[in-house]
Amino acid sequence: MSEIKKETTTRTGVRTVEYVKGLDSKAPSGPIEQRWDKHRFEMKLVNPANRRRYTIIVVGSGLAGGAAAATLGEQGYNVKCFCYQDSPRRAHSIAAQGGINAAKNYRNDGDSIFRLFYDTVKGGDFRARESNVYRLAQVSVNIIDQCVAQGVPFAREYGGYLDNRSFGGAQVSRTFYARGQTGQQLLLGAYQALSRQIAAGTVKMFPRTEMLDLVVVDGRARGIITRDMVTGKIERHVGDAVVLATGGYGNVFYLSTNAKGCNATAIWRAHRRGAFFGNPCFTQIHPTCIPVTGDHQSKLTLMSESLRNDGRIWVPKKKGDTRRPQDIPESERDYYLEERYPAFGNLVPRDVASRNAKQVCDEGRGVGPGGQGVYLDFADAIKRLGKQKIAERYGNLFDMYQQITGENPYEVPMRIYPAVHYTMGGLWVDYNLMSTIPGLFVAGEANFSDHGANRLGASALMQGLADGYFILPYTVANFLAGVKPGGLSADHPAFAEAEAEVADRVKRLLSINGKRTVDSFHRELGRIMWDECGMARNDAGLRKALRRIPELREEFWQNVKVPGEGGELNQELEKAGRVADFFELAELMCIDALHRTESCGGHFREESQTEDGEAKRDDENFSYVAAWEYTGDLAKPELHKEPLVFEYVKPSQRSYK
Amino acid sequence: MKLTLKVWRQKNNKTPGEFKTYQADHISPDMSFLEMLDVVNQDLIVKGEEPIAFDHDCREGICGMCSLMINGVAHGPKAAITTCQLHMRSFNDGDTITIEPWRALPFPIIKDLVVDRSSFDRIIQAGGYISVSTGSAPDANTIPVPKPDADKAMDAAACIGCGACVAACPNGSAMLFVAAKAAHLSFLPQGQAERHQRAVNMVMQQDLEGFGNCTNIGECSAVCPKEISMDTIARLNRDLIVASLKGIEPTLQPAEAKAS
Repeated sequence: MSEIKKETTTRTGVRTVEYVKGLDSKAPSGPIEQRWDKHRFEMKLVNPANRRRYTIIVVGSGLAGGAAAATLGEQGYNVKCFCYQDSPRRAHSIAAQGGINAAKNYRNDGDSIFRLFYDTVKGGDFRARESNVYRLAQVSVNIIDQCVAQGVPFAREYGGYLDNRSFGGAQVSRTFYARGQTGQQLLLGAYQALSRQIAAGTVKMFPRTEMLDLVVVDGRARGIITRDMVTGKIERHVGDAVVLATGGYGNVFYLSTNAKGCNATAIWRAHRRGAFFGNPCFTQIHPTCIPVTGDHQSKLTLMSESLRNDGRIWVPKKKGDTRRPQDIPESERDYYLEERYPAFGNLVPRDVASRNAKQVCDEGRGVGPGGQGVYLDFADAIKRLGKQKIAERYGNLFDMYQQITGENPYEVPMRIYPAVHYTMGGLWVDYNLMSTIPGLFVAGEANFSDHGANRLGASALMQGLADGYFILPYTVANFLAGVKPGGLSADHPAFAEAEAEVADRVKRLLSINGKRTVDSFHRELGRIMWDECGMARNDAGLRKALRRIPELREEFWQNVKVPGEGGELNQELEKAGRVADFFELAELMCIDALHRTESCGGHFREESQTEDGEAKRDDENFSYVAAWEYTGDLAKPELHKEPLVFEYVKPSQRSYK
Repeated sequence: MKLTLKVWRQKNNKTPGEFKTYQADHISPDMSFLEMLDVVNQDLIVKGEEPIAFDHDCREGICGMCSLMINGVAHGPKAAITTCQLHMRSFNDGDTITIEPWRALPFPIIKDLVVDRSSFDRIIQAGGYISVSTGSAPDANTIPVPKPDADKAMDAAACIGCGACVAACPNGSAMLFVAAKAAHLSFLPQGQAERHQRAVNMVMQQDLEGFGNCTNIGECSAVCPKEISMDTIARLNRDLIVASLKGIEPTLQPAEAKAS
């Protein structure tokens, strides 16, 4: 990357110009509150009469993809939208429970766009790009307006106005919610907007269709190769721009709160075609999940973080205490979060809560089968507020817990343990959400932007919809305005080549006919990642993982058994292709985690901690986004750095004491 | 636990299907129903047989992807949950369990237990939305929504589109699905402008897809994992009557109106 001129103006009007080497974020200069407005004005527009001549491919139909496809369709572009589920309404955004943040300040409690921006930058442990985060906070208010107009049934107060709650340790009430199903309702809003465009003929939907490669022609993203999951047909799709909104890669750990089908294939294939991968090791581990019960476990279930508002977290003081929780007297319980963090108590950020749970379990004080759990106790809250009040607040969550564990949380404390939940890393994008491949845009969890090294609660929904409704429609148009529509046939050699590669891979997976199932490999990979690249990482462990992963990958390609044929619905084949890509991504995650010898947010390097055992950043050496380039050799990706400049929020040591 | 499974196997929609019997030993009561099927499938793969195809995704009862008639009941014996939330402790050691796909004309079988529910998408495309383009919304608090109305809208909006209502209905009617969407939007002030046209269009599409008529049997609501009430159907019928009094005709485009 060449030298980049960077102009900055602080709020007091001091203008500085510096030349930095690294990736160009294309973030506008000037006062931060004016950057997006200025940029929107400077971007080029496409004449409404010309829009239908442009084809935009959108992969993924969740909050980011569904919202983008619907909005681009409304504007008159010719949109093709793809999802692996049987309907766009099932994308995994649907599973988000808690809520969506917006800086409406309806509660008059001191919230503002600047405060949401500030909290997000700080919560992300100063590893996000200020300009992007500020824009996110700005458009958050438009999202709520849009969703209400679509008929999203947000919770209301008796006067008929929108209700808000405080969420995930925020000190203002800025979270809008629809019972415990906020993600579902927001997704249905986007799905309905998308359905309207499908009926209008501006969007063509391809459900049960999986993207297996990206096609790059003359350095520009020009299309994708897909597999029809019902007929097995491999197909070519040509477009003028490609948007990937395919979600995160938490399933690299096998066990996560992600849906079983969530995968990294679309972004990984794009990475192999030249898109840089940003901060791959930044993973969020959510503290309130239901613990694992045995080897059969296929996924982990999250319970809303709102439970921490009233539940008290504790473990026995004594190691290996197997008494029933109700038999352990108060004096022999360790309410470790309340003890260590008096100001925030049980409401410390997710990464802090998760790490502390791991620590007490590692000390041998964990509870439940296998000792991998801590108590979340509602006895005091029930005594204080009454069972009815607690049932009103958390009834559906208590029912869900009982459904899964067979235990009644009104009578015995819940057992919880952290689980992989979200990946802050993803394909590197500039301010326009465009990757390092011109014409390839990446939105939602699939990109790396906005959340830094740790995402705050209720911010994923906000980012997905911000990208889809309010950012991509401008920035994709700006890109298209600079290129001529069409002019490329699916017969181009680049398409033929990519299609042949995809078909070969499918054939190869089916022909190995080894002895181990796809799931057994995936489980083993997940175990390595959880142990060595999970809640805490260290040099020796990561090096061990980097030896083990390529060996296991090698064995996979020699010994996996994929039954059935390619020309039909074949769920094992689908899984095999995804796991093959997880193997490659897992290696990059470990390389990234190894190189970043500081701790920040969800990335906790044991070598870098404060005296109190908190994550210790190294701003001097690591205040940058690590963007990795695929070089053809998985073990030797090339590192590019995007320096992070903080003009408005001064980096400080996070403290929740 | 040891179980005997009678599972519907069908290669594709052109080949007739049949029940096959499998033994599932070493099943833990802590497993979910789908994890039990995972275990059976792992054994089948190692033995060189084709695993049982079934739809699933979130495995926490919200995406609506999983289905299955379990001993003749959509989503199995427990009320108000989906198949993925059902755990094996709800069964007894030695039980025989019959597992079938959703059976309804507008849900053609794709393979084994997997069916095509795209007819539901086409019903929503016929009018299950509020026509508001991105960017044209007023401030969210401009129009107050009385809390009881917002709560009722939310009750109806909880539908996950799984299709259990259709599978359970002796008529194969999708009326509860259609009514849930109509009620969600008709309880809100934002949904009033298109209220009657929406009802007419969605019901028209339902008929075109080949779903049966509603005769108020109530199986739909009994198996609904989200406990959508039959009151929504009464509400939809009222909207249809008002629409006919107002002379509102379906406005489906010929292309949309065609079921695949």
